Amino acid sequence: MGEPILQVHGVSKFFGGLTALDDVDFEVSCGEVVALLGDNGAGKSTLIKCISGVYRPERGQIIFDGHVITGHTPMEIRGLGIETIYQDLALAENLDVGANVFLGKEKKRRWLGLFPITDDEFMRRESEQALDKLDIHIPSLRQKLVNLSGGQRQAVAIARAIYWNAKLIIMDEPTAALGVPEQRKVLDLIRTLRQQQIPVILISHTMQDVMDVADRMVVMRRGRVVANVPRREATVDLLVKYIIGAEEMA
Amino acid sequence: MKSKSSSATSLDIFLNLLARSWTYLFLVGLLVFFSLTGPGFFTVRNFSNILVASTLVMLMAIGQTFVIITSGIDLSIAFTVGLSSVIGATTMRNLALGGMDIGLAILIGIGAGVLASLIPGLVNGYLVAWVRVPPFIATLGMYGIVRGAAFLLTDGQQVVGGLPQNLRDSLSSIGNGSLIYTVPDIGLVFFSRPADLAPAQLRFTDMLLPYPVIVAALVVLIFGFILGRTQFGRHTYAIGGNQDAAIRAGINVKRHLLMIYVLSAFTASIAGLLHVFRFTAGSPLAGESALLSSVAAVVIGGTNLFGGEGRLSGTVVGALIIATLTTGLVILNIDALWQFIIVGVIIIVAVLVGRVQQALERRQI
Ligand SMILES: Nc1ncnc2c1ncn2[C@@H]1O[C@H](COP(=O)(O)OP(=O)(O)OP(=O)(O)O)[C@@H](O)[C@H]1O
Ligand SMILES: [Mg+2]
Repeated sequence: MGEPILQVHGVSKFFGGLTALDDVDFEVSCGEVVALLGDNGAGKSTLIKCISGVYRPERGQIIFDGHVITGHTPMEIRGLGIETIYQDLALAENLDVGANVFLGKEKKRRWLGLFPITDDEFMRRESEQALDKLDIHIPSLRQKLVNLSGGQRQAVAIARAIYWNAKLIIMDEPTAALGVPEQRKVLDLIRTLRQQQIPVILISHTMQDVMDVADRMVVMRRGRVVANVPRREATVDLLVKYIIGAEEMA
Repeated sequence: MKSKSSSATSLDIFLNLLARSWTYLFLVGLLVFFSLTGPGFFTVRNFSNILVASTLVMLMAIGQTFVIITSGIDLSIAFTVGLSSVIGATTMRNLALGGMDIGLAILIGIGAGVLASLIPGLVNGYLVAWVRVPPFIATLGMYGIVRGAAFLLTDGQQVVGGLPQNLRDSLSSIGNGSLIYTVPDIGLVFFSRPADLAPAQLRFTDMLLPYPVIVAALVVLIFGFILGRTQFGRHTYAIGGNQDAAIRAGINVKRHLLMIYVLSAFTASIAGLLHVFRFTAGSPLAGESALLSSVAAVVIGGTNLFGGEGRLSGTVVGALIIATLTTGLVILNIDALWQFIIVGVIIIVAVLVGRVQQALERRQI
């Protein structure tokens, strides 16, 4: 694997009296799929939200592609090439598919050659193509997302992340709402991304998926990183032991 | 089997269309009803009166629509209107009395009125976006503050008068004037009422396009465009739909909310300045009675009070319904208090129809 593109150094994050992240070190290299594992409440989502700029950590530093990004806004971080699929999807359900895929980065055209307006047709077409890659068909792209199924919404969130040719894609339980064939598609997608040298951080509770696609597994427990296991050394058994705390890494 | 399911769908589509357009139909129904029953209702003069009467509520409701789509509310515009009218009228008066050219005095007065409204707008936006005060509370606080400030500026008086006659004439020629008049025996006349008409002619001269209506229409068009077609509008909906998602997508939600409350104060200030032109005076109370009507217009127009949903065209229809009712009831000599009851009922119907419509949309998948 190549150079680290993302480096998290000694990051801590507190919510009131609760220590959600405790001195976390974490790295991702180019073309690497890193699985982030841990029990509910271990701090996985908090860590990736610190990376994507939703939270500002109280301590530590995050470096991406040569830039210190600690405390940057979500837009600045998206601008540097990190796209995130959030566990709660973070979609505007009152808007349609195109508006969501392009949320915050709306494609504009000039009306009468003067006034910038949103190019809804373009956004709809592009979104359709991004969804096609996932083999997910949505009957009407003009539908507001409230009217779509959970899996369809998840597909929209995935399409949004992959559309932008990101340099790093973070997926927080991206397959939770998907059917089996669609889950396969997402795993295929992750493999494709790796072939294209695009690193992925994958948070998942599905051990089999993790074993299938990850190059390295990082396990968190109570806000700390407790294990960092390369794929060749990993077994489901060992990972589960780290997750539940029956084993500590030397 | 197939035909059965497709006919069910077309019923759904019909109901959906009905749910979408019932306010338009209701407005048309009202107009027809009053035209048939109210003597003098179906006249150019009365329609132009209705339109002029609707401008206050309409202008306040335009900004309010943006605010409500972000799932906020702006109560303070009740007195932002008055503040702008007081500051506008006072500035114009003092400049005119000081010997300044009337046109220039009016322009500077307009500028001062608009600028004054920025203060409550910015404070509201700051409180809501940065301090995270709930909009109802933040703008309720500003409601009191702006009210007090406006009355302090007038030494407790309800009216800022004392404008010199030439200034009042200029203001009134716009505030009570029309781009086009219809004059008996002459036909259409542009820009101003022709001088020295016979009394009979004057009596039947009507305003086809009153200036206040043109101003309100321009504001509607501009802000309707902004809401419906631009990135700013898209972000307004996104924030109302899921503020967290908007933040994570990188939208500068704080700045956007600040602009929304400034926008609301801005359309209120235009209403306040129109008051100065129409009544050639300012009043702290110029907008007070229209606050609830403006919220009613927004809700009747189909905007969801929880945010994320709504259109400016709906708000326009809502404001027209209220103005039509007010005028129509007066013409029918029915106690104007009925207006409140009828508007109350329509608001409730509007909310229920909104729900039915959401259910219908789901079924159409
Ligand atoms: N915004 C917040 N405010 C307060 N506490 C929070 C917040 N977000 C997370 N926490 C707390 O921080 C801890 C870590 O939460 P986090 O969401 O990162 O866990 P997770 O590893 O993603 O769990 P899961 O597998 O259930 O998604 C939990 O104890 C959680 O309750
Ligand atoms: Mg999580």
